[in-house]
Amino acid sequence: MSGAAHNPGADLLIPADTPLHRAAPQCKVAATALCVLFVACTPKQVFWPYLGYAAVLALAAAIAQVPATTLLRRLVVEIPFVFFVVLLPLLATGPTVELLGVHLSVDGLESAASIVLKASFGLLATGVLAATTPLAEIITGLERLRVPRVFTAVASFMVRYVEVLNTELARLRTARACRGGDPRWLWQARDTAACVGALFVRAFERGERVYLAMASRGYNGALPTVLTGSAAGARAWTVALAVPLVYGALALTGWVTR
Amino acid sequence: MHIPDGFVNAPVSVAGAVVAVGGLAVCSGRLGSSIRDRDIPLAGLAAAFFLVLEAPIFPIGVGTGGHLLGGTLAVALLGPWLGPVVISVVLVVQALFAGDGGVTALGVNAVNLALLPALIGYPLILGLRKLLPRTKAAVVAGCAVSAVIAVIAASVLYSLEYAVGGAAGVPAATVAISTIGTYSIIALFEGLVTGLVVAALLRLRPDLVRVGRHLTAKAQT
Repeated sequence: MSGAAHNPGADLLIPADTPLHRAAPQCKVAATALCVLFVACTPKQVFWPYLGYAAVLALAAAIAQVPATTLLRRLVVEIPFVFFVVLLPLLATGPTVELLGVHLSVDGLESAASIVLKASFGLLATGVLAATTPLAEIITGLERLRVPRVFTAVASFMVRYVEVLNTELARLRTARACRGGDPRWLWQARDTAACVGALFVRAFERGERVYLAMASRGYNGALPTVLTGSAAGARAWTVALAVPLVYGALALTGWVTR
Repeated sequence: MHIPDGFVNAPVSVAGAVVAVGGLAVCSGRLGSSIRDRDIPLAGLAAAFFLVLEAPIFPIGVGTGGHLLGGTLAVALLGPWLGPVVISVVLVVQALFAGDGGVTALGVNAVNLALLPALIGYPLILGLRKLLPRTKAAVVAGCAVSAVIAVIAASVLYSLEYAVGGAAGVPAATVAISTIGTYSIIALFEGLVTGLVVAALLRLRPDLVRVGRHLTAKAQT
């Protein structure tokens, strides 16, 4: 646990030596972002393109030797958000279908299904990216894609501090539970908020030590050139961009045949 | 509050993206020399903080969980240029890695949650700072009140966006009532949390609170 601040995101990474692990990070990042974007552009009345998306993603996962169970476990984070989407068929207007005596809006059902599918796909696609690419390389990839330095610097500190904060939060919760605290309702909000304030200050003080340690080792806002790798060749880009091209074609066909 | 894919139509999404990219370009352009030595680690911490607090740790009754939006807290700590950058980094990570908020709706989300606090929350904090006495309590109160107003403003703006380009089939009035209603409660939490974090920081590390620097400026010179 103590080493986690030095190697953030390691729990998502599945080390292996596959073509996807070796590929240049900037190509992987760009391809993943484009794929998620194209999937998000799929019209909400059509559902067959998702079969194509899933097939290509499954192929990528197979090449990268990422077990399906690991990937599917990522979908757990969606659960709170699914509760919100479930309300859509009940609130939306327009033609309805009756299911178990409840009138559900067709439009709302389509919206809900498409929102859940798109969010799930995003999680699975970024799951493959995270399983094949260490976080430091993802940030390197973003730097190579000309994302302004301030964004990548903030992002790299963010991934470092998430672990610091999580362990600090666990400590606070343990300490609170030991004292019999169990805030659950609105009128107990003050306690939670006080914890939040303490968490921020404590995490900053720990994080500041991480920063000073980095600064004393020569950190000046950018990752060392050893890590930043080299420019990807035309061939690497062609192979990487072929995947989003398939996704774009599927989404476009979805719009045409709608 | 994070709008999912397909909730607003293409023109609104594109307009949101254009405004967001333009606004963030202005922010990162204006940062330049004004950035302090420890601003970037602090910004990273703030971003991680908002990401961790995404887990609904303060449930509102049953069913809905509110989470910290953080826009006003970010501008209070980091200023109007770095604050939106931080929130937009969080939004991108949430959309891509946590499935929270749509990728096509990122622009609209960034306008509502990252740029609006800088446009409304920050001037409000500065305005209240002028009106109120030069004490820590006044700065805390100013930040808390601004956070409440900025969150309500964001929910109103979202309702307007939905009225212009809503695509989920739910009537705009229903969305407006439920969003503004729910977010009025969330706004109070946001104000409370913002106030307490600012209060805790002013007590322990006043150097980290940008809008509270006038309190310590006299002591330093």
